[in-house]
Amino acid sequence: MGNYDIRNDLRYSKEDEWVRSEAKGVTIGISDYAQQQLGDVVFVELPEVGRILEKGEPLGVIESVKTVADLFAPISGEVLEANSGLGEGPEAINDDCYGEGWMLVLSVADASEVEALLDRAGYLQHIKDREDQGT
Amino acid sequence: MTGLQHTPLHRIHIALGARMVPFAGFEMPVQYDSIKEEHTAVRQKAGLFDVSHMGQIHFAGPEAVTAVERLVTCKVASLRVGRVRYGLLCNEEGGIVDDVTVYRAAEDELFLCVNAANVEKDYRWCVRHATKAAGVRNRSAETALLALQGPDSSRILESLGATALPEMRRFQFTETELTGVKLLLSRTGYTGSDGFEIFVQAEAAQGLWKALTGAGARPCGLGARDTLRLEAALPLYGHELDDSTSPLEARLERFVKLKEGGFIGAEAIRARAETGPSRLLAGFEMLERGIAREGYPIARSGQPVGVVSSGGPSPTLGKSIGLGYVPPALAEPGQALDIVIRGKPVAARVVETPFVR
Repeated sequence: MGNYDIRNDLRYSKEDEWVRSEAKGVTIGISDYAQQQLGDVVFVELPEVGRILEKGEPLGVIESVKTVADLFAPISGEVLEANSGLGEGPEAINDDCYGEGWMLVLSVADASEVEALLDRAGYLQHIKDREDQGT
Repeated sequence: MTGLQHTPLHRIHIALGARMVPFAGFEMPVQYDSIKEEHTAVRQKAGLFDVSHMGQIHFAGPEAVTAVERLVTCKVASLRVGRVRYGLLCNEEGGIVDDVTVYRAAEDELFLCVNAANVEKDYRWCVRHATKAAGVRNRSAETALLALQGPDSSRILESLGATALPEMRRFQFTETELTGVKLLLSRTGYTGSDGFEIFVQAEAAQGLWKALTGAGARPCGLGARDTLRLEAALPLYGHELDDSTSPLEARLERFVKLKEGGFIGAEAIRARAETGPSRLLAGFEMLERGIAREGYPIARSGQPVGVVSSGGPSPTLGKSIGLGYVPPALAEPGQALDIVIRGKPVAARVVETPFVR
């Protein structure tokens, strides 16, 4: 398995988003595994502030030089903030996926959805399962 | 990834940690770390590509020249020994079987360098349309091909003992020796930058790769090869070219001996030239945010007018570019087009190609 920065203080979705609980809601982005798989990120399309997302719904698109990938809502909630800096500087997702490369702040409609996400060990296992399958 | 062929450099790619992908029946490196950085290395310094998956079909014998003259759209008899020409294999309907480079190795010896995905198809096509005296042989498996591309390429070769490179012009080649290895050095490439393609026996490929990277060439994968050729607006078989596309539509008429004829497909292509092609390949750049990708519809005033054949970000220009087929009137530089990205029209403009000179 590759060398990925997967963190204890975050939750992860099976679609490779990370979720960080904060006072106002949750911040989300894509995992170090996902950014390594994508390679150089060149374009990000995010939903507008105010949009209501259902868990699992496609919320936007991330593109690397070679690939187009859908982003999915890891939990249900309203978009409170979107990282406008990614428009001009999408490479922040490669450089600092857990910091400058954040994507959205969402309100939390149902706290149990956050609890149900994978922890570090669960997400690492999920990565390993996929790598073993060669997908 | 079972059932995929390996090039002689496969172990090196794995050791370098390349991301490997299936391509034309081979497991090939798409990138070693960053496509953008590999791309920039080629434009500014030098990059090294393993393109051993490409095929080489050799012709040797009294009828070699006659056979190749009939097979390809470019002129062959006038091709001097040590020179290369780009040309097309066409079918009777004037569609493109493959795009190839033709090497004149001796008076009675030539070889075609062909696309990996088409080696078997091309070989069968050549055998079918050549006599025994043309001596057709598929030597793809025993030949490795390395592409050293970028402005530092000459300097790197000279540091390994190569001489007379300044006299070697583009589309010339020579048989020589480098680091004790016999090879064929050709001043050609598929990136739009200066560089060389180096044909070598499979067993000598690893040593040569190590010598070239040791002298400063950066390993580059198929990802950068694709962004580089797109900036240079070089067509890619299966994308811009296929069995039903005419060289005229792909704007490759300068590689077609239309006046002389005598090649397979000549009559059909002449007939098409009379009526004029119904679509033309155009290069475009995006004016709004968004990346054009292969298969996206091209529209004008809400009406579909064509399809993107290749598209992506241009690391050199810092914008998104693409190629696509549109009606001839819309293929002129300055024409406004929309690329339909996930259902939304995004503004683009036809521009001169190559995108990067």
